[in-house]
Amino acid sequence: MLVNLISGDTPRSAVLTVLLLIVLVCLAGAPFLFPGVRSLETAATICIFILLVASYDLLLGYTGIVSFAHTMFFGLGAYGVALASIHIGRGWGALIVGSLSGAVAAAALALIIGLFSLRVRAIFFAMITLAVASAVAVLVSQLFNITGGEDGLTYLIPRELTPAFRMGELFGVRVNGRVLNYYLIFVACLALFLLLLRIVNSPFGRVLQAIRENDFRAEAIGYRVVWYRTAATCLSAAIAALAGALYAIWLRYVGPDTTLSFEIMLDILLMVVIGGMGTMYGAVLGAVIFVLAQNYLQNLMGVAAEATEALPILPLFLDPNRWLLWLGLLFILSVYFFPTGIVGRLRSGR
Amino acid sequence: MSQTLLETDGLTVRFGGHVAVDAVSCAFRAGELTAIVGPNGAGKTTYFNLISGQIAASAGRVRLMGEDVTRLSVAERCRRGLGRAFQLTNLFPDLSVLENVRLVIQARHRKGFNLLSMASGHAEITTAAMAVLERVRLSDRRDHKVSELSHGNQRKLEVAMLIALDPMVYMFDEPTAGMSVDEAPVVLDLIAELKHDSDRTILLVEHKMDVIRTLADRIIVLHNGALAADGAPAEVMASDVVQEAYMGKALEDV
Repeated sequence: MLVNLISGDTPRSAVLTVLLLIVLVCLAGAPFLFPGVRSLETAATICIFILLVASYDLLLGYTGIVSFAHTMFFGLGAYGVALASIHIGRGWGALIVGSLSGAVAAAALALIIGLFSLRVRAIFFAMITLAVASAVAVLVSQLFNITGGEDGLTYLIPRELTPAFRMGELFGVRVNGRVLNYYLIFVACLALFLLLLRIVNSPFGRVLQAIRENDFRAEAIGYRVVWYRTAATCLSAAIAALAGALYAIWLRYVGPDTTLSFEIMLDILLMVVIGGMGTMYGAVLGAVIFVLAQNYLQNLMGVAAEATEALPILPLFLDPNRWLLWLGLLFILSVYFFPTGIVGRLRSGR
Repeated sequence: MSQTLLETDGLTVRFGGHVAVDAVSCAFRAGELTAIVGPNGAGKTTYFNLISGQIAASAGRVRLMGEDVTRLSVAERCRRGLGRAFQLTNLFPDLSVLENVRLVIQARHRKGFNLLSMASGHAEITTAAMAVLERVRLSDRRDHKVSELSHGNQRKLEVAMLIALDPMVYMFDEPTAGMSVDEAPVVLDLIAELKHDSDRTILLVEHKMDVIRTLADRIIVLHNGALAADGAPAEVMASDVVQEAYMGKALEDV
């Protein structure tokens, strides 16, 4: 039953199993284990990024396609929810319509990009996605009467999902709509992650891996490689859009910086590489480590800087403003020591 | 006379000014094993590439079971019954031996777009894949990564991939190249078995004359891309044109 749920794709490493269980328990109990607005914010971001990174891994790690348009699909889902909530009006219907139309639009756009460019060399696809993603980002900031431009959009979501909706206390924690909203996101992300895990372990997933390994031979045993690559691109885009929709439901705001920026695209790439490409579980560890570092490294450094105040030079390096320096260092070290990512390293033993 | 499964009609390819395969017309019948011989650079592998679709023809036609497939992609030709093993081993290196063969059987069963079932749950595919591995004596290596296999075992797997495909036309491109003396017979026995059991047609590019003598029903000789001789093995080997034109010494050695 449990093995079936994870599609027979067991972690294959004791340490990895323990780490994944810790993450699962922490996320499942986040509102009660780590009460507080900020920690809940971090937990929701982790859930959404796990899904987003996993959907990117389907493309990069499993199929061997490099795309720079993943945040564009993420953004399509987010703007879908925002626009639906504004034009249909506050309600559950708007959330569903917005999420689904975002996902459909993302898949359709991916289909067009895929059919045009996946026939040719893989590098061509990467360039096209970069161009389209940049064009969409410019379009979103220019069409301000629709998208709110650089300011983005704010909108109302169902009251049951907002802090104003009170439900009493549980384990000494005040349960409100925000907690309900968190669980909506947690359950949706978990379900979609399990779906992705199933897809990569399905006959379809095996073909994707075969294409990654040797597309020439995959074609020679009768697989129409272009169709498979295009299908993987569409699926990955649709799931990224759903992750974006969930992010929009959580933030109650969308803007170019939170969903479309190229910085997020780089973050996704880093998370996949740190966690381990082509493993799915790598997305979990990559996203957890990265989002935690993004949110708490500055605090940690603040503490360290104070502690070393008396020493020369050192506090300068530990200044909270230098956090990106340390994140970069962390990344270089992880790629150097774990070229197959954390999961690859754990699975290879020792 | 049995049915023609594969036919090339004036098949030609030019690379710039160089004619690599020059108007080769040839029909291959069911139940027949044809050896394709010729010196290095005679265009044997290029002829194979034209038939299986890796290279587009400059002129001429390829017909598979009467149907013109000249403009079809590699995958389409394969789905219509054309199978090929490669001269340089061409596998999925990071996947297991079993997974390599399973992928072929899965392609044959048209299960590739099945997204929601578990690949390992398709017992009929696994069973069929294991049966093929049994035949090439690789079943004890089923869980090894292909990249960890010895060269000889990779060659065997290459042959296994083609057998798993169960095509109407088998194309072997030097299947025993680089194999040790003890390993080669496994592959050659398999090809003999295939020939004996099936109503398929087998094309075999091979340099070893003893292999050709025991296996082939027919030999075609390519020379500078053109068809130089075509006939029964004894006849072709004895013919003056072949002896003198290019095979001379190689044949005297046998």
